[in-house]
Amino acid sequence: MNELQELTAAVEKGNRKEAARLTQVLLDAGKLPMEIVETALVPAMFSVGEKFKNNQVFVPEMLIAARAMKEAMTIIQPLLTAAGIKPKYTAVVGTVQGDLHDIGKNLVVMMLKGANFNVIDVGTNVPPEKFVAAAKEHNAQLLGLSALLTTTMPAMKTTVDAFRAAGLNDVKIMIGGAPITYQYANEIGADGYSPDAASAVDLATKLVGA
Amino acid sequence: MPKYTTLAISDPANLRFGVAPNPLNTRHGMSIGGGIVYPELNFTLPSMFVNETTMAEVKRQYKEIIDGALHRAVELEAPGLVIEFETLPPMTENPAWGIDVAKILLDSMEKAHTQHGLKSVLRMTPNDTREMDRPPVMRSGFFWERMLETFEGSAAAGAELLSIESVGGKEVHDDALMTGDIASVIFSQCVMGVRDMRFLWTALDKIAKQYGVHCAGDTACGFGNTAMVLAEQRMIPRVFAAVVRAISAVRTLVGYECGCVGPGKDCGYENVILKAITGFPMAMEGKSSACAHLSPLGNIAAATCDTWSNESVQNIKLLGGMAPTVCVEQLIYDCRLMNQALADGRDASLMYQKWMINSDAALDPQAYVLSPASAITLAQAIVNSPDYYSAGKNVALAAIDLLSEGHKNGQVKISDLELPWLDNMREAVEELPAAEGEFINQMMRIVDSEKFVPKDYDL
Repeated sequence: MNELQELTAAVEKGNRKEAARLTQVLLDAGKLPMEIVETALVPAMFSVGEKFKNNQVFVPEMLIAARAMKEAMTIIQPLLTAAGIKPKYTAVVGTVQGDLHDIGKNLVVMMLKGANFNVIDVGTNVPPEKFVAAAKEHNAQLLGLSALLTTTMPAMKTTVDAFRAAGLNDVKIMIGGAPITYQYANEIGADGYSPDAASAVDLATKLVGA
Repeated sequence: MPKYTTLAISDPANLRFGVAPNPLNTRHGMSIGGGIVYPELNFTLPSMFVNETTMAEVKRQYKEIIDGALHRAVELEAPGLVIEFETLPPMTENPAWGIDVAKILLDSMEKAHTQHGLKSVLRMTPNDTREMDRPPVMRSGFFWERMLETFEGSAAAGAELLSIESVGGKEVHDDALMTGDIASVIFSQCVMGVRDMRFLWTALDKIAKQYGVHCAGDTACGFGNTAMVLAEQRMIPRVFAAVVRAISAVRTLVGYECGCVGPGKDCGYENVILKAITGFPMAMEGKSSACAHLSPLGNIAAATCDTWSNESVQNIKLLGGMAPTVCVEQLIYDCRLMNQALADGRDASLMYQKWMINSDAALDPQAYVLSPASAITLAQAIVNSPDYYSAGKNVALAAIDLLSEGHKNGQVKISDLELPWLDNMREAVEELPAAEGEFINQMMRIVDSEKFVPKDYDL
């Protein structure tokens, strides 16, 4: 096993100290920061994500892996920033106006980060104009909307309408939450619907063409 | 200090549906926990905004819901009916809206009583809007005041039962669930939650006394049910959710120490444990609340219920009728069966209860810890503890012991993937400090204290 593979294994196991140590070793050996991200860290989170989808691990284990990846990224990110390298895709994610539920949204945020999206989490009870402003500011390619109440679902349509009215027609919009259906996504002009956080990442990568 | 030091029910055979040592009598003569299980109907709006411009339609929807449900209850000769009105956030922020809807419901309920003799009672459950502020402001301010106004106005209008799904401590608990951190679960529920419950229910008790109504009970819905739903989605282990449920009883118990007399709120599955401690009647939900959320507790939840609920359903058209009307029919038939078993005597009701328990308990750890025998073990661990923090630790260990033993004896199925969690949780709980003060100091260094207002929790 080479050191890139060792780093992948350390992240999968959630070994933060080892992830940080190996990242530094690889950088000192001349590996490019982006190469470390693409060949060690993202595959580690992909592997953990696959295990989760196959009911082989739970979210807490996935979070521990995400934290190990974050430890490695703490070392790598300044180098990427200095070199002007940004994640290829940016997603703005939040729970719509009037709705305070955030567990599902938080899971989607975590999983998108693991797939190397730059994620702007705008929180809960978010008015349409705040979503629009965040998407413009961060030049997002993707918008993720969450709602858990039948009486806050309509705020998804309001938000989709606000994006279209603002001319953000290239931003792909995906929605999810307990009362949401594929049919509803179609009705309000969203680009996709995800029934759970795990499949949200698959949908996101498909929508942005990653 | 905790008020309850002994159990009201210490024999599992006495922890049964339909009977509670301290029944609650309503104005129209229902005796909840007095030998009859009553259906409890809850409902919500279909997909629509709630605002000034939609209020006429909102009211029409609720009128349609209540009239349809009452009509069916009369036709099926229900012995009584609990109606729960759980407001939506805009209705708590604008108390007049919520109170107007409560009056619509009460008006129809009164007419059904006058014209057809149908006994009914309204449980008013304003939703806890304090978390609309981030971090939540728990003891003052716009949301707190409006929430109390909603309680007051609806009590004055005739809502006899006051309930809430309070959220104190949830600021920390959500992360605790996602990280599988049992210490943070105990901190959020048995330190933060307990303090908020005491503050909240002391205020609600004053309102109840002022208007001659009852504080019914709270629920750890945002805690235990969030865990249960996450476990159903295989996001967290079921054994973890089962232990979270046991711990949640410590938090919800505080309502009863501050004046609640039942029936405990339907979605509080910890109510089984609380019935053993307090002897008050409890609402429960299970198979007939699948319209709102799935659970592994469909039958066993009914084993100790005094009212039987559907949790919530949207007012949408099904082939059989509007969904709330369909639900009330299902609940009435569920209750008929339980009441027939009660009418046939103790042995018959125990036999029926045994089937409810045994059909679920072995299949899921969350069901296993809520059998009457398990619930009494957990209740005992709580009342034996000198304070809430100790109670949280002790009930967690008792639940872990129950599950470990149950698995060893082949009484409950636990997957290989989940078994290590039992040892990990035990180790984590056993490592916690003995004294609450030391625990609080330890946790305040770990938890994200920007997510809550420490002074609102006396921290």
